[in-house]
Amino acid sequence: MTKSELIQMLAERNPHLYMRDVEKIVDTIFEEITAALVRGDRVELRGFGAFSVKEREARIGRNPRTGSSVSVDAKRLPFFKTGKALRERLNGLTISGGEDF
Amino acid sequence: MTNRTITRADLAEAVYEQVGLSRNESSDLVELVLEEISKSLIENKNVKISSFGSFSIREKGERIGRNPKTGVEVPILPRKVLVFRASHVLKDRINKGV
Repeated sequence: MTKSELIQMLAERNPHLYMRDVEKIVDTIFEEITAALVRGDRVELRGFGAFSVKEREARIGRNPRTGSSVSVDAKRLPFFKTGKALRERLNGLTISGGEDF
Repeated sequence: MTNRTITRADLAEAVYEQVGLSRNESSDLVELVLEEISKSLIENKNVKISSFGSFSIREKGERIGRNPKTGVEVPILPRKVLVFRASHVLKDRINKGV
């Protein structure tokens, strides 16, 4: 499923909404998550999962082909952990109440 | 870094401000978006959100695990795990702040 298919599906389920509003809703959600991660904030969506940012320090890496040293800058990486309810649903289990992030 | 935790309520508030629906409907729509993504994944269909990232299902085979405390071997049953892969756009935006 792509973003446009998701928008299509939501529009079909909500015939009272304008297509452009459905697009705006989906874009706003992902933009808010992105903006939070850019600030270094965590996004916790219970039952679905949590997005966070991990810091990686600068290090000396190696080109595996030539063996020469290259410096790798410090960087921040986005990270996602699946929520407990979704993890259980993926495996056909009943949904439990609690959440362990 | 501010180190806040953003929740569904913050997403609903953003939708409320940006789209001009009621607070209730904004919150229902946030839930619906997450539910549509979840359902697609449960049906083994990957979800690709351009300029954000993709969610895909990886099938893990059975393997023998060990209870680290007791050393007892236990079979870990085959299962599905969800993998998120951030898009380059998202990675670049996160790194611009550094």
